[in-house]
Amino acid sequence: MSVLKTEGATMRFGGVTAVDNLNIHIENNEIVAIIGPNGAGKTTAFNMITGVYKPTSGQVLYQKPNSGNAAMENITGKRPDLIAGLGIARTFQNIRLFKEQSVLDNVLIANHVRLKNGFFSAMLHWPFYYKSEREMRERSMVLLESVGLADHANELATSLPYGLQRRLEIARALATQPQLLLLDEPAAGMNPKETEDLTQFVAQIRDDFQLTVLLIEHHMQIVMDISDRIYVLDYGKTIAHGSPAEIQGNPDVITAYLGVEEE
Amino acid sequence: MEKNKTRFRGIASGLTKNKRRNLLLSMIAIIALTVFLHFTEQGATVGSYEVRVLNLCAVYAVLALSMNLINGFTGQFSLGTAGFMAIGAYTTSLLIMPVSVKAKVFYLEPIVPWLENVHWEGNFGLFGALLVAGLITAVAAFIIGFPVLRLKGDYLAIATLGFSEIIRIVFTNTQSVTNGSTGIKSIPNTANIWWTFGVMAFFVVFMLRLMKTSYGRAFKCIRDDEVAAESMGISLFKHKMLSFVISGFMAGVGGGLMASVLGAITPLLFRFILAYDILLIVVLGGMGSITGSIVGAFLITTAKEWLRWLDAGFNIGPIKVPQIAGLRMVVFSALLMLVILFYRRGLFGNKEFSWDGMFRLIKNAPKRVAAWFKPKPKGGGAK
Ligand SMILES: Nc1ncnc2c1ncn2[C@@H]1O[C@H](COP(=O)(O)OP(=O)(O)OP(=O)(O)O)[C@@H](O)[C@H]1O
Ligand SMILES: [Mg+2]
Repeated sequence: MSVLKTEGATMRFGGVTAVDNLNIHIENNEIVAIIGPNGAGKTTAFNMITGVYKPTSGQVLYQKPNSGNAAMENITGKRPDLIAGLGIARTFQNIRLFKEQSVLDNVLIANHVRLKNGFFSAMLHWPFYYKSEREMRERSMVLLESVGLADHANELATSLPYGLQRRLEIARALATQPQLLLLDEPAAGMNPKETEDLTQFVAQIRDDFQLTVLLIEHHMQIVMDISDRIYVLDYGKTIAHGSPAEIQGNPDVITAYLGVEEE
Repeated sequence: MEKNKTRFRGIASGLTKNKRRNLLLSMIAIIALTVFLHFTEQGATVGSYEVRVLNLCAVYAVLALSMNLINGFTGQFSLGTAGFMAIGAYTTSLLIMPVSVKAKVFYLEPIVPWLENVHWEGNFGLFGALLVAGLITAVAAFIIGFPVLRLKGDYLAIATLGFSEIIRIVFTNTQSVTNGSTGIKSIPNTANIWWTFGVMAFFVVFMLRLMKTSYGRAFKCIRDDEVAAESMGISLFKHKMLSFVISGFMAGVGGGLMASVLGAITPLLFRFILAYDILLIVVLGGMGSITGSIVGAFLITTAKEWLRWLDAGFNIGPIKVPQIAGLRMVVFSALLMLVILFYRRGLFGNKEFSWDGMFRLIKNAPKRVAAWFKPKPKGGGAK
């Protein structure tokens, strides 16, 4: 069962075609990577999928969890908050935490999208709101525990070291209870040890949360270790697609990366 | 494991002890305030002029909370408060004025028939009037919100300011409803100190509670990072609208209270300058601090009154300072600038008052004072 599919998704900014005719599909419970040199259009592809940008042309299709064999839903250009509601969560290449707020609050708010209580029952602290508030807190603490941030729950999000901030972003995304998780360079700026940990962590949350993961990453080690399949973008075009072994030996990929220093 | 348990229990019992102390202190503070208000209402503590200033302080606190909600907590630069206040003030006034007074006030052109015989009397009347004022203003905010909340930053500020002026100009021209530019006078002074402080207390509790709910947290996230908030499933428009409408409700109630405290209103009162006055309170107190808005409202409102002696001319020893109109505002502005220089994020930043915080401050005060007097370590040099 495909979870996500793009059909000829294209994004132009003025004269620049950031993503050109992107056709990817992601199967349930897979980890798929998108790689490519700087400016290849990877983040733009994420932005099209999550509704931050509306594709100039083409479509984004999504299969809601447990929807059996129903047709895929067209989510092209839907609002980001609605897409999050459908079960697609993401992290950002340039960390975007809620700076003025605690680690716990950062995760708590991601539960808001699943909140079933209206504003008035929240204000009146009606018992069922109280209950869902307690549940939100419990779920958030469990999540923080699982990413190893429970001890930092009451610290300011921006006071965390870089590596932990990236983890917090993942925890926040998980709190929206996604089916599909998009990670934009989760290992950027991490040292080899942290990168190693992250690789295991991503594989583990895929299993623990029954997730499907789409990953952008420059660290080849991670990509080769945990991806089931890889798409390679260059100047917006998809130049290769296959298993890690196939990609490693692909001459086009080697040419695209030639002269581009690996980070 | 066992060790951990006892450690946790230790912390827990410590917490409850502090909590009990804090509860006691809060109760004492509330009782003290109630007693003070009681005697003030009886005219036993301060004169009627001071009572009026205190009333205005509380009203400004409500208005500052209204503005802080949308600006400080939700991060939307909105300056429409004066217009919303006008709606609340006129609604309240027209509802609580006696029929005979209306006939006298509307001497240029008689008041429209559907308002002519409306008279909501006494405390119940004022309660109903303020509620209706709040609701009508909230509806106005809802309607205005549709076009303006799609804007951001300076554009939003200009658009809200524009709507505020439109409301004022409409009120200037609807002679048979608002009595036009002459304004309305002889509005019953039903709003005594219980009313102003009561409404203020209500909205303080309301805001504290709101910011503890998931919706309040969503507001703050929109303020911190709209893109991230939206990607986490928060509908920007829905939550901005919610904040804007609540803020409008509070501004409407605040405007209604102000009308009853002042006893007279004209459209000129609701010029955009009024919105700046309130913004000043919010910024001085701290964007995103409920405590800050209250403290700011009391500080600025009393300071403005207290500095009145500057305008009248005075003597510094042998030097005679003549009467200079506006000197008060010059000094006032200079003082403000000084405060903002030292407290860039306002007096409270985005923090709230807490007894624990206060005790920490007192405990650390000697250390801090000592640090001032300690000779600074000599650094650098020519080496
Ligand atoms: N909002 C925008 N407006 C104009 N051009 C844009 C915009 N967003 C991206 N681009 C351009 O699209 C191209 C692809 O950018 P994108 O950020 O998707 O690359 P990337 O593959 O994520 O690169 P990196 O590895 O550096 O993150 C770049 O040339 C970029 O300048
Ligand atoms: Mg990128």
